[in-house]
Amino acid sequence: MSRIFCDYPLNYSLGFQDPASNWMYAIVDLHDRIIFFLLILLVLVSWFLVSSLTNKDHLTYLAHGNVIELVWTITPAGILWAIGLPSLNLLYLMDTFILEVLDAEITVKAIGSQWYWSYEYTDYVESNGSTIAFDSFMIDEASLEMGDQRQLTVDNALVLPVNTSIRILVSSNDVIHSFAIPSLALKADCLPGRLNSLGLIINRPGVFYGQCSELCGANHGFMPISLKAVTIPSYINFLEATAEAL
Amino acid sequence: TAGFDARFPNQNQTKNCWQNYVDYFKCVANKGEDYAPCNQFKQVYKSLCPIKWVETWDEQRDNGSFPAMYE
Repeated sequence: MSRIFCDYPLNYSLGFQDPASNWMYAIVDLHDRIIFFLLILLVLVSWFLVSSLTNKDHLTYLAHGNVIELVWTITPAGILWAIGLPSLNLLYLMDTFILEVLDAEITVKAIGSQWYWSYEYTDYVESNGSTIAFDSFMIDEASLEMGDQRQLTVDNALVLPVNTSIRILVSSNDVIHSFAIPSLALKADCLPGRLNSLGLIINRPGVFYGQCSELCGANHGFMPISLKAVTIPSYINFLEATAEAL
Repeated sequence: TAGFDARFPNQNQTKNCWQNYVDYFKCVANKGEDYAPCNQFKQVYKSLCPIKWVETWDEQRDNGSFPAMYE
């Protein structure tokens, strides 16, 4: 049985976008665990609140009780442990695993400018010095084709292979931007003069969208990021075709 | 592509790019253009450094204003 994923943001959506990397799955999992405890607490607290507001005799039986005081001190501490430990676990796992254990197989650079992204694949340099680098502009509404996403579709998407360990280095040419793709749990600020690295392994092919996440001027809302994840043979085709075309 | 460099384990990889660029030209200055192991530095800086940065630094080296000792 195959699954269909929704890889674009929905109006009024309550949850995350469908995950496309293991980190995103882990974040959604952690979020679900936290919401579980949150909902129990919410119901409990509202119950007591409503009960105390609606019952005239709610002060009648108030007296000290050592056991219950012990319970309602230790239980919150226990809940915080139950939330905090997996959270820290995931945090450190994400940082160390991708950077140290899984060495990157390819490196791509995303440089933000006002108001477009430039992608550089300088792992591949021809003998004459030319490499693969191109700009990625948003397609404006008038030129959209049927099926394109408004304010998300770009002319040249960032193409990357699935199931490979990728290092994305982000920087900026002018002001501070931020490279973000929610369905891959990616977000890092792009500062001029600084190179921030992001680790990524994409689980499934598809097109994943993100938007610049740091106010950068008039068209800050109009410089989306479009990441097209393809199978490895398709990626190699893309590299060859782009190298020829450039 | 560039492997994990334990000197730069964190998110900020600026120094990684810079160091490999400087080290390549130091290596070439000391060992000559044909010394193959120098290309290790070259590969790393080509992978990591944004093209604009490399162009700027190349210009600076050409007109003598590169802010590091590499010779």
